[in-house]
Amino acid sequence: MIAHIFEDLCDGCNSCVVTCPTHVLDISNGAPVIARLDQCQTCYMCELYCASDAIYVAPEQDRAGIIDPETIRASGHLGRIRHDHGWDRPNEDGHLDQYRLLGPLLQKGGETAARRYKDLTS
Amino acid sequence: MAAAWAAIAAAKAGAATVLVDKGFVGTSGVTATGGPNHWWVPPDPALRREAVENKHAASFGLGDPAWMERVIDTTWRTLPDLAPYYPFGSDGKGGKYYSGVRGSEYMRALRAYATAAGVRILDHHPATQLLVDEEGAVAGASGHARLRGEDWEIRAGAVIMATGGCAFRSGLIGSYGNTGDGYLLAAEAGAELSGMEFSIQYTVSPAWASTRTLPYGAARYYDEDGMEIIQPPRGHAHYQALGAALLKGPVYADLIDAPAELPPILKDIQPFTPPPFVRKGIDLFRERWPIKLFGEGTIRGNGGLRIIDEDCGTTVPGLYAAGDATTRELATGAISGGGAVNSAWALTSGQISGAAAARRALASRTRTAGRVRTTGVVGIQPSSEDRPIDQKTIEADVDYHMNGYQRSLWRSKGQLNDTLASLDDHWRNLSAHGQAEGLALVGLRETAAMTATARWCTAAALARDESRGIHVRVDAPGLEADGAVRLLCGGLDRVWTRPEIHQYAEAAK
Repeated sequence: MIAHIFEDLCDGCNSCVVTCPTHVLDISNGAPVIARLDQCQTCYMCELYCASDAIYVAPEQDRAGIIDPETIRASGHLGRIRHDHGWDRPNEDGHLDQYRLLGPLLQKGGETAARRYKDLTS
Repeated sequence: MAAAWAAIAAAKAGAATVLVDKGFVGTSGVTATGGPNHWWVPPDPALRREAVENKHAASFGLGDPAWMERVIDTTWRTLPDLAPYYPFGSDGKGGKYYSGVRGSEYMRALRAYATAAGVRILDHHPATQLLVDEEGAVAGASGHARLRGEDWEIRAGAVIMATGGCAFRSGLIGSYGNTGDGYLLAAEAGAELSGMEFSIQYTVSPAWASTRTLPYGAARYYDEDGMEIIQPPRGHAHYQALGAALLKGPVYADLIDAPAELPPILKDIQPFTPPPFVRKGIDLFRERWPIKLFGEGTIRGNGGLRIIDEDCGTTVPGLYAAGDATTRELATGAISGGGAVNSAWALTSGQISGAAAARRALASRTRTAGRVRTTGVVGIQPSSEDRPIDQKTIEADVDYHMNGYQRSLWRSKGQLNDTLASLDDHWRNLSAHGQAEGLALVGLRETAAMTATARWCTAAALARDESRGIHVRVDAPGLEADGAVRLLCGGLDRVWTRPEIHQYAEAAK
């Protein structure tokens, strides 16, 4: 669940309020406020759409937990999802060049499991 | 996703088109966090015929070859239209790879495409009811604009329901908003459903967070004592083996057999998958970690609004449907459409319904000025005195009955009857006493829609006294000789089921 919005990083654009599909956030005077945490589905979309990398979503789906903002700030997690999507480098090509491997890798995993099951049960 | 494809087609056909989304067009729904492949067969007649024959043979008698052909052809011709908005990656052979797309970029592209086509997008505008004219034809919708805190009403010559499937808030990634609202709205206006018994599918994910499944195909599973759980790699028996173990205690996954080339590029393929592990300090490819099965309901199940013609029309005039909100039996029969067929269906049914709705709206432009009435009942017009409804308790019970392993994976007449009795109690309570307005009404209608959807799924599972495709009854394990007929259902205070006497193809003649 969304755990923290870094007020010093937030530029107040409110794109997280608008892009959150489940209406977790409300606009306020400064950084948005987490108004309906129980509706957070831990989809990380707010992080992806935050151009200031000011949001941290904690990994557990049922709780935000207690986090230490300064530990998170130093962890390298902030902005990682947006970076790995390539959204911080919109003019660079090739972000999806590995994508075609998804299907074959899924299939390979399935075949491994099927072969193993056959060996175990024969 | 289907909604965007529908809106694009309607706008391109010349209709003034409004796309209302409960959340945000781009992040709402199960596509945004996923990575859908699309059923992808080049226009070689032999290849196309083979694909349709294979799919039809696997459909347990419930698929429709003519629809399958349309789905393959429309998808092949249409998906590359996204190129100005979606950065299609390399196919590794000097060309572009089209059939599989990453959800967040796909939905972002569909938003851009829709906007460019002239669609007016209204985000955070959940719909709470349909409007109908004096002849009972759908003439618009109303709801609540939740960021502005105001109710909205839009008149239209046609409405397309593209609200997705329903996973009963199992926690499945992307599905929080998929509460079956469209089924409820449509049913209140008189629509029928089909295939709701095909509502048992699960995905494996880490126990603490649902992710998409790319890394887990080769997983080995262990119980708390470290004993390996021997399980078939797919299908109902796979879920039963894991479900039985999970009912006893924690189950752990081990990805030691994952393809060696996967770990270094997982983050490039699906950047949402590593963070739930990395942020917990777990190396998903080297350590064992606890799993859970997340229910998919009618998302990867097949049930939904019944389609009665080649325009993706429902049984209500002026109401069309697309994507997971509809039955996918036409494209895939009694088996799951997985990602690829369901995505191709969403695109195709979106394109078809959008064009058809535009034709109707353009032809009936003068009619939208007439008198309309609202159709919403539950949560709006209680039959008895207004009383507070304990929505959390109802939702938890619906989740238990629909996603609980014991109930879903071992369906039997006795259990289904017991489930239906509980769900009927909840429905009676909601129907008699539920009343709210504004944002509270949106939430109350979600609770009611999940309850209604659960009742239809359960009633259909009871009525289909056999095991066919993904509908498995432990007390009726085989196929019945006369079972290759679609099963319709509907009704609100009284739920009904009946076989579809004429298959779609015959009815259309």
